[in-house]
Amino acid sequence: MMQGLKQFFKSLFMLELMKGLSITGKHLFARKFTLYYPEEKAPISPRFRGLHALRRYPNGEERCIACKLCEAVCPALAITIESEQRDDGTRRTTRYDIDLTKCIFCGFCEESCPVDSIVETGIYEYHGEEHGDLYMTKEKLLEIGDKYEKDIAAARAADASYR
Amino acid sequence: MHGVSDEMSDLLNIEINGVALQVKPGTMVIEAADDAGITIPRFCYHKKLSVAANCRMCLVEVEKAPKPLPACATPVTDGMKVLTKSPLALEAQKSVMEFLLINHPLDCPICDQGGECELQDVAMGYGQDMSRYHEKKRVVKDKFLGSLISTDMTRCIHCTRCVRFGQEVAGIMEMGAPGRGEHTEISTYMERAIGSEMSGNVIDLCPVGALTSKPYRYHGRPWENTTHDSIAPHDCVGSNVHVETRRNQVMRVLPKENEAINELWLSDRDRFSYMGLTSGDRLLQPMVKQDGEWKTTDWQNALNYAVEGLQRVKTASGAETIGALASPSSTTEELYLLQKVIRGMGSNNIDHRLQQLDFANQDTMPAYPCMNQSIADLDNINAALLVGSFTRKDQPIIAHRLRKANKSGAKVSVINSVDYDFNLDLSQSVITRPDDIASQLAGVVKALAEVTGKSIPDVLASSISSVTVTDEHKAIAADLNDAENATVLMGIHAMSNPNFSAISSLANAAAELSGATLGYLSAGANSAGAWLAGAVPHRAPGQQATDGKNAMQMITDDMKAFVLLNMEPEYDCANPNEALSAMSSADFVVCMTPFATSTMRKYADVMLPVAPFTETSGTYVNVEGQWQSFTGSVPPMGDVRPGWKVLRVIGNFLKLDGFDYLASEDVRDELDGLTRELETNSRSEITAVNLDSSKPELTRIGHVSLYAVDSLVRRSEPLQQTDDALAAMIAVNNVTAKKLGLDSGQMAVVMQSNTRVKLPIYIEDAIPDDCAFIPAGVTGSVELGLSYGPVEVAGG
Repeated sequence: MMQGLKQFFKSLFMLELMKGLSITGKHLFARKFTLYYPEEKAPISPRFRGLHALRRYPNGEERCIACKLCEAVCPALAITIESEQRDDGTRRTTRYDIDLTKCIFCGFCEESCPVDSIVETGIYEYHGEEHGDLYMTKEKLLEIGDKYEKDIAAARAADASYR
Repeated sequence: MHGVSDEMSDLLNIEINGVALQVKPGTMVIEAADDAGITIPRFCYHKKLSVAANCRMCLVEVEKAPKPLPACATPVTDGMKVLTKSPLALEAQKSVMEFLLINHPLDCPICDQGGECELQDVAMGYGQDMSRYHEKKRVVKDKFLGSLISTDMTRCIHCTRCVRFGQEVAGIMEMGAPGRGEHTEISTYMERAIGSEMSGNVIDLCPVGALTSKPYRYHGRPWENTTHDSIAPHDCVGSNVHVETRRNQVMRVLPKENEAINELWLSDRDRFSYMGLTSGDRLLQPMVKQDGEWKTTDWQNALNYAVEGLQRVKTASGAETIGALASPSSTTEELYLLQKVIRGMGSNNIDHRLQQLDFANQDTMPAYPCMNQSIADLDNINAALLVGSFTRKDQPIIAHRLRKANKSGAKVSVINSVDYDFNLDLSQSVITRPDDIASQLAGVVKALAEVTGKSIPDVLASSISSVTVTDEHKAIAADLNDAENATVLMGIHAMSNPNFSAISSLANAAAELSGATLGYLSAGANSAGAWLAGAVPHRAPGQQATDGKNAMQMITDDMKAFVLLNMEPEYDCANPNEALSAMSSADFVVCMTPFATSTMRKYADVMLPVAPFTETSGTYVNVEGQWQSFTGSVPPMGDVRPGWKVLRVIGNFLKLDGFDYLASEDVRDELDGLTRELETNSRSEITAVNLDSSKPELTRIGHVSLYAVDSLVRRSEPLQQTDDALAAMIAVNNVTAKKLGLDSGQMAVVMQSNTRVKLPIYIEDAIPDDCAFIPAGVTGSVELGLSYGPVEVAGG
């Protein structure tokens, strides 16, 4: 009897509907979380591990010294390096390839680099249209490094105190 | 290094880290620990070198000793208790490590030793994790040591292993440690390239990155390389090597420890010849010459073309006009199949003795030229006579063994035609013109007969009666006779001597009279294998006598077709001029070669790319008679195929029987079955000799320089830049120079077999009178004729 009465009033005053609408209404006026990607972008950590880049020193000299630690540490065997003595007697790579289709973006290469040469940038918007587009060569990596050096340096500086 | 007595009762009881050990008196603590598998860190100590005890890294605690003691220089005593891991020992090791790292740069990432560095490893295991040193580090200027060794002298920790190696093993004191304390520097006393033929070993010895390989510099890391066992392909020693490869490319060659053969050393030739593998001359596709033009083709076509060409010659002029010449550094399988093809076609004209001039004794030669003793046995000889051998450069490992024997008192004498610089104390050195070597050896035989009281074998007695016995002969005879273990070794220059059969007969007589072991130090890596495989015209495998033309006859007897295996006639033959014209006048020439040259393109009709030693499986038989098989380290480049496979298919195409091998092991086992019964013996019949041949006014000495012995070495750029890589020149002594009116530095014209070549003159006192040393096998002397014999030299 009591149960039936309760049910009657609930449906008469549409209590459940009101309860549901109140949640809807609350969210209608609350702060929105949705980002209108790609017009809007989420902030990323300076430790973000995106597309790789090879950096240079301010004087334009490439940083990489072909120590091959990144190649050795890479768990996906995505890095291939060949090296030789450059004419000025320094140790340099002649080939530095990262196969992004193999890469698992663990960041070990960056961790292992003694000269902060190979880095993972904040760039996550890239794609390949043809076979081989995601096979990064030394030239491509250096180009990325040159283009985004400011951002890369800023990210390293922001994270420096935690290293 | 080990104690004097081997008796069990003499063993001492010691304890290392609580482990009870029994060791011989005189053993150092570090040796006892090494044998027991207990690790003690070290830098300057090396088991093959003397104890220097200057790095102090091996400090250990010895019970009752007030201070830690260096394990490498502390002999064991009875009841000694050693602790290598006690707090005192660890503290001492840590402090030494800290001092060593004070001046050592901490830039491992750019150091070529990184990953295989003893300092890096020991610092990880025994050092501190942080450096407390903030002052200025020492910087040392790099030294120039030649084209093989690269230096980073700032990294040097003054362990002096390289210095001791030069002094004790290589036998030439080229490096030293001038300066003391902070100013100590390892250097050559005057800036010059290292001349030792074993210099590459200092790269392995150096515990840090101070001395590294120049050709390999900055090319790779040890962890990337895959190691393959192989056999060195340049001398009759058959040194065991590790071929290190990465992504199917040979990165470097290192010695593989084999106490019985090369210990842990390797000659520079074996170590750096791999640089020739990637030479621009590499032939990667089969090629045929049609209407005078070279065309790249596939194997089917090329082999058809080759087989048809050979068959055409056979039908037109008979099988006996087909000849085959092979490098003595080809594998046994290649040589066996080549002779099988040639003999299958009905010809016996096959030879590998490209530098030999005198074949008169070939029928009495032993089954194969061997030493009749093991390489390790040479350590224990008491006297040796080397005839026509510059062992130091020709077979560096043999020379090292002889040097070891010499250091413990063995009397080593030589009879040579150039006063070569040996790295040991020669007892007697008889230097004479090449056509006089036999007479000098006859003198020794006569002296031996006198000293032993035995009679000279009858066949020899009359022919050597007129020979005068000198004091030197007597001394050599006495040395050989007094020695318990004596050996007479005939080297490459004896075997290429125009009187080889006389030399061989007399050497046999000398061995007979003195009881010495007779041995041959043959050319190439596989002369022994070539003899066994039947790559000689007079013997099929299994000693069956046949009748064919030898290498010399083939190039002079107007052959119609040639098959060349791994060789370049203009560099490898004893008469390059004749060899080249024989090739040009032949109707059909098949070259099975890893390298193609412009000269080859002129005379060849088919060029078949065959694999060098790193790309094929095969077997080399060394001078001990040991069969050493190896597998390919990398897959063949391009369209290259292993030589044995190519010959197998040629056999199939010729429809010959017995060419159904599936693996190179099948070929080897077949030959092994044929030769297993043969007895290893170096002696041969003593025959009459003729020492009265007329001697030309001026005779050529045409030794093949050590970096010109085969096509691979000739293409190794770093080796060709060393001082040992001789350029074409004329070396005469002062007397001869005066006689001919020549002056050092001047150009002179050499006339030999109707060719004239202009070469620079050098005055060299190591050359005997009336001789002109003109090296063979090098550009500039390829137009010339016989490597020995009359030659005319005229100034300007």
